[in-house]
Amino acid sequence: MSSELPDSAVSPPSGAGESTSGPSRRAVIATGVAVGGVVVAGGTFLAGAEEAPATGTAPSSRVSLTVNGTRRTVTVDNRTSLLDLLREHFDLTGSKKGCNAGACGACTVLVDGQRVNSCLTLAVRLEGAEVTTIEGLADGDQLHPLQQAFVDQDAFQCGYCTPGQIMSGVGCIKEGHTGSPEEIREWMSGNICRCGCYVKIVRAVEQTAGRK
Amino acid sequence: MHPFSFTKAANTREALDAGRHGGRYIAGGTTLVDLMRETVERPETLVDISDLPMRDVKVTERGGLRIGALVTMSEAAAHPKVRSLYPVISQALELSASAQLRNMATIGGNIMQRTRCTYFRDVTADCNKREPGSGCAALEGFNRTHAILGTSDACVATHPSDAAVAFAALEARVHLLGSDGERQVSFADFLLRPGRTPNREQALRRGELITGVEIPALPRPLKSGYLKVRDRQSYEFALTSAAVALHVRGGVIREAKVAAGGVGTVPWKLPAVERHLVGERPSESLWTAAAAKAAEGARPLQHNRFKVELLKRTVERQLRVVGGSK
Repeated sequence: MSSELPDSAVSPPSGAGESTSGPSRRAVIATGVAVGGVVVAGGTFLAGAEEAPATGTAPSSRVSLTVNGTRRTVTVDNRTSLLDLLREHFDLTGSKKGCNAGACGACTVLVDGQRVNSCLTLAVRLEGAEVTTIEGLADGDQLHPLQQAFVDQDAFQCGYCTPGQIMSGVGCIKEGHTGSPEEIREWMSGNICRCGCYVKIVRAVEQTAGRK
Repeated sequence: MHPFSFTKAANTREALDAGRHGGRYIAGGTTLVDLMRETVERPETLVDISDLPMRDVKVTERGGLRIGALVTMSEAAAHPKVRSLYPVISQALELSASAQLRNMATIGGNIMQRTRCTYFRDVTADCNKREPGSGCAALEGFNRTHAILGTSDACVATHPSDAAVAFAALEARVHLLGSDGERQVSFADFLLRPGRTPNREQALRRGELITGVEIPALPRPLKSGYLKVRDRQSYEFALTSAAVALHVRGGVIREAKVAAGGVGTVPWKLPAVERHLVGERPSESLWTAAAAKAAEGARPLQHNRFKVELLKRTVERQLRVVGGSK
């Protein structure tokens, strides 16, 4: 089932475009590639990196990993997080960047079946790893039961934390920490919802766990 | 984040070799990567040690327990031996961080965690721990969450680990491996009080690896547990915490192991509380009298005076939970 994608060079994104005014983050990244790009021995292009001096070539590494069933081989600046790899280079923008510090859970994905914060995971360390993101959860048009439960229970308002909530919920159910609403709350506490949809999120996890 | 080169150690020898040449070990990475992004940490080389054979939890010959340095927090907390022999460790781990972080972070990394002091994390602030000699912005700053015990004029930052509080209470030993061979350091000697050198946090030699943490055998039955008091119910560091383990036989407390977290520059062992308990019969008045000694020597700051009373109450409540209310 898995397909193979060719090598691509990957740079970390610029941190400069985060403000709401001015150029969009994507535009800044594109500019960064054009201006700061340097040619390395292998003929791949690397962009000037976040918070890094503009001169010199930042150390990079080659890594092969499987994302949602697709094998990918990339050369990454060593500083690239899994979250940035997914969002900025694989165009899998379902995983969200909230705090970028492991304090909100919006970036939660599964690595080798375990829920982790992708913002604190260095991509270079994922040689051979199997990554599942929110984009890889549904089976074609058939939503994952927890995705369906979020719809059924109306478990979100703005939706920004939702992909992380769902990936974390999948982990929580798999770990078996769904014995009571209190237990679900405790074991889902790594995912913050600023809209305050916790009651319905807990119901969605309960609904899905109960079907197993 | 500053650029760094990356290497993965295939075995212990390779890791020690890289460590001796200044490489920085990375296991779970949940603290290190975060601090690298803040440029508080600026390693030139990261050495990935996740393939090293340190993932076992084993009962020792003497009946203690040895937890490998690369066992994740979630694995250690769920391990049947940890749960049955030392519930205080399981509880401390499960009250830490989040499920995601516990899936990543390891036991070795947990005790190597650096402080959550906001001035330490802010590279524009004065901090003797991050920049020796620059001063301590917390002394006269917003120091509500800071330490009241083991502080110095150079640093008042708390050690953030919960598991380390349980390890300190149980008098664990840290197993270390260097190019000169193995050695063990008692937990009390492993984490260093700030004194005049808050930048030195552990009694580690250059390139040394933590291979595991050993909890000594204690007389059975041993009742133990961990209480954590914080600003929100979950996913938060401790304002105060208490790790308590009691061995009661014939109605008399024979062994008492007590330590506190969230209040010290290192996990804070409470020998005065322990001495007050040993040889006595459990009672309400005993818990109160013993816990009254928990904050001996405290030096509160402008915004954290509340911790003195909170610490005593935290210890008292956890003595009652573990020791019973009769």
